[in-house]
Amino acid sequence: MGSHGIKDQVAIIGMGCTQFREQWDKGTDDLMIDAVGDTLASAGVAKEDIDAWWLGTAQSGMSGVTLAAPLKLQGKPVTRVENYCATGSEALRQACYAVASGAYDMACAVGVEKVKDSGFQGLNAFPIPHDGTQRSLTAAAMFSLVAPAYAERYGVDPTELRRVLARIASKNHYNGARNPRAQFRREMDVDAICNMPAVAGMLSVFDCAGVADGSAAAIVVRAEDAYKYTDKPIFVKALSFVAGNGSGLLDPDFDYTHFDECEMAAKDAYSQAGITNPRKELAMAEVHDCFTPTELVLMEDLGFSERGEAWQDCEAGVFDLGGDLPINTDGGLKSFGHPVGASGLRMLFECWLQLRGEAPEDRRIATADRGLALTHNLGGYPGEMVSFVGIWGSELS
Amino acid sequence: MRGIIGAGGYLPHWRLQRSAVSAVLGGAPGKGTRTVAAYDEDALTMAVEASRQALRGQEATPTSMWFATTSPAYMEKTSAPIAHAALRLPADVAAADAGPGLRGAAMALRSALKSTESAVLVATGDVRTGPAGSPDERDGGDAGAALLIGDDTAGSLIAEYLGSGSATREFLDRWRAPGELRTHGWEERFGEQRYAALAEAAWSSALSDAGLGADSVQRVAVVGPHARAAAGFSKKLGAAGTEVIDSLAGSVGFSGAAHGGLLLTHLMESSSAGTVVALVSMADGADVFIFRTTGVAKASYTVAEQLAGGDDSLTYAKYLAWRGVLPMQPPNRPEPARMSASAAERRLDWKYGFVGSKDRESGALHLPPARVSFVGGATDEMDPAPMADIAATVATFTVDSLAYSPSPPVVFAVCDFDGGGRLPVELTDVRAAEVSIGMKVEMTFRRIGTADGIANYFWKARPAQGSRGGA
Repeated sequence: MGSHGIKDQVAIIGMGCTQFREQWDKGTDDLMIDAVGDTLASAGVAKEDIDAWWLGTAQSGMSGVTLAAPLKLQGKPVTRVENYCATGSEALRQACYAVASGAYDMACAVGVEKVKDSGFQGLNAFPIPHDGTQRSLTAAAMFSLVAPAYAERYGVDPTELRRVLARIASKNHYNGARNPRAQFRREMDVDAICNMPAVAGMLSVFDCAGVADGSAAAIVVRAEDAYKYTDKPIFVKALSFVAGNGSGLLDPDFDYTHFDECEMAAKDAYSQAGITNPRKELAMAEVHDCFTPTELVLMEDLGFSERGEAWQDCEAGVFDLGGDLPINTDGGLKSFGHPVGASGLRMLFECWLQLRGEAPEDRRIATADRGLALTHNLGGYPGEMVSFVGIWGSELS
Repeated sequence: MRGIIGAGGYLPHWRLQRSAVSAVLGGAPGKGTRTVAAYDEDALTMAVEASRQALRGQEATPTSMWFATTSPAYMEKTSAPIAHAALRLPADVAAADAGPGLRGAAMALRSALKSTESAVLVATGDVRTGPAGSPDERDGGDAGAALLIGDDTAGSLIAEYLGSGSATREFLDRWRAPGELRTHGWEERFGEQRYAALAEAAWSSALSDAGLGADSVQRVAVVGPHARAAAGFSKKLGAAGTEVIDSLAGSVGFSGAAHGGLLLTHLMESSSAGTVVALVSMADGADVFIFRTTGVAKASYTVAEQLAGGDDSLTYAKYLAWRGVLPMQPPNRPEPARMSASAAERRLDWKYGFVGSKDRESGALHLPPARVSFVGGATDEMDPAPMADIAATVATFTVDSLAYSPSPPVVFAVCDFDGGGRLPVELTDVRAAEVSIGMKVEMTFRRIGTADGIANYFWKARPAQGSRGGA
């Protein structure tokens, strides 16, 4: 028994991604139709060519009918999946396995979220009947618990840490400003972010992901078929997923300065892909920067920085667009926006553009020749989360 | 011998300076303070906190319990079973409300003292308020009190019961319809005279029942909603040489159904062994109870200690908001959905009793209780782990200005319990700026919120007594 992965067995041959923003004039159906249309065009195939579909949406619809009805699919299997904010990656993962298994020749993963119809700011979970003892904190507050714990453990002055977090947000705004699909396209300097009023712990709204409507999709085929459709396919090097057992909420040994689920998922993914030094081998990474402390801790969980050193690496610009390992070159959740079910596929879309050399020139990375990119997508909260790590490559090894 | 086995008073952390009221509304400068139930406290939670004091360290378990208040969360539903669950009393302990009228508390005490049951818990609590500027807002106070009454065979007595007297005659003095904020009153002089006669009759009857002369009673507490009537009878007793203790009008206010138990507890806590003490309760009739203190000391957080603690910087605006007199704009977030009755009942010991589970093999604590251990993975190898009285330490914390709360912001901490166990939980009775990693906290039973008319109770953590200056 073991996790073996499907390295180089399947490939992505087409992708599409809508703009992420408050799309008052577009519903869930419109977003999916647009993203799927772009994706089919990108691969040069018709929707009838797709043998099976996976739809990831956290709470914009239930069942495969959510996709089959607006697209008027004819007699095709559509599976709706949900895995917190890693829902889009989950849809993609299932589509990849379906093709790798030989069950289907061509599968499509679609992620969508229409979050701006709720009437409230932020994300609001669907209420499940409960005993009245559950927490009522916002996600921002749950992730803000990381900041004082990190400062305490590594002896970082809270004011210094505040600047580091602001620098992460500022970097992602810088990248997002160079992305026409991004929700927020204004650069923000570190001082301006530091001066924003705190809303959750030391976090201001500028430490939080944008809340946007959007959709993204990808088409998956067997690796040996990939070049029939494109001369620049992206191959699956690793897919890993860990659903945490919530022990961080029970266990006093969990110190809120790392996310075990992410560390475990990364370890599995590196093993599948044969990566030993991610900081040097990866061209880039798209990580789940739902809040700025999340991105900080992920740099350590994903092995990009030593424990306790990510804050210094952030300050040194290691993860900037022109840095040693560019992170969230499309602006990330922070600037691109976070339509829950679409985000995992949006991350892959940036890797697709960068590895194929198709990213706009003003945000094109210099490290693309390393040929490997990582997407990291999580859901839940510190102590109780799910984590996906995918590794993607421009060449078969 | 029957008597009082345990007693506990509970004063909420927050106090309102009466001058803060007059500063806003005008009029003569108010004097002293009144106690204020926080937004997440009600009569029941304060009765539970007082009962936890009264029952702490006791071998005696009550066979029945009464809950008395004039401010219940429900009209149709009985509240006492909620306290029964929070106190983790066995299923064969009967629990019912004595109320909602103001005299219910005294009658519950009387029936407990005259009962043949080995031990009876009388739990009381009240939130006293009224329209802005009303005498009830100014002179009322919020508190809880609990008395464990029983035979000395059930537990050592802190005070022996010597006798009681009672007098009843219908007259209309104060009234409040269900749901009404304002309590109305008849002309003061009428009630004053009616109460004087009733108190006199009950006093004589109690002395006779106890076989004592008037000069044998050394210290007395007089309580009642009619301040002039209570003061008049106090003056009469004082003139006869009996010491009448401070009614706490200047520091707590009249705490309704809780005030008799609160003052009796204070009276016993402040009297030396062998003192003959009496409680005179003048509420829609008169009831007098006479006891002799034994000098048996039981660990508790005394009323005097609580009087010395607390935080009196509460603004009048926040007070009005907490009582719902001043409607406030909530955060633009969905209001929490109501709890599920069946889900709550399944988790009764957790939700109300704060009982987790402990893995027999690894000793790992699980809050909430779990069937499968996070250490070792054993299934159904757990023992119940009552955690309500275990102190904890803040591991990390945050302040959430965005989350829905009846009184934003939400102050929240990851709390690690002494001896093991962790729970990320809301803090209460605390200012955000006071919280730090390493702060000691203790658990307190609170009303988390209300949805669809359902009062939702659970536990929060508050700074441990003694962990902050003055408290």
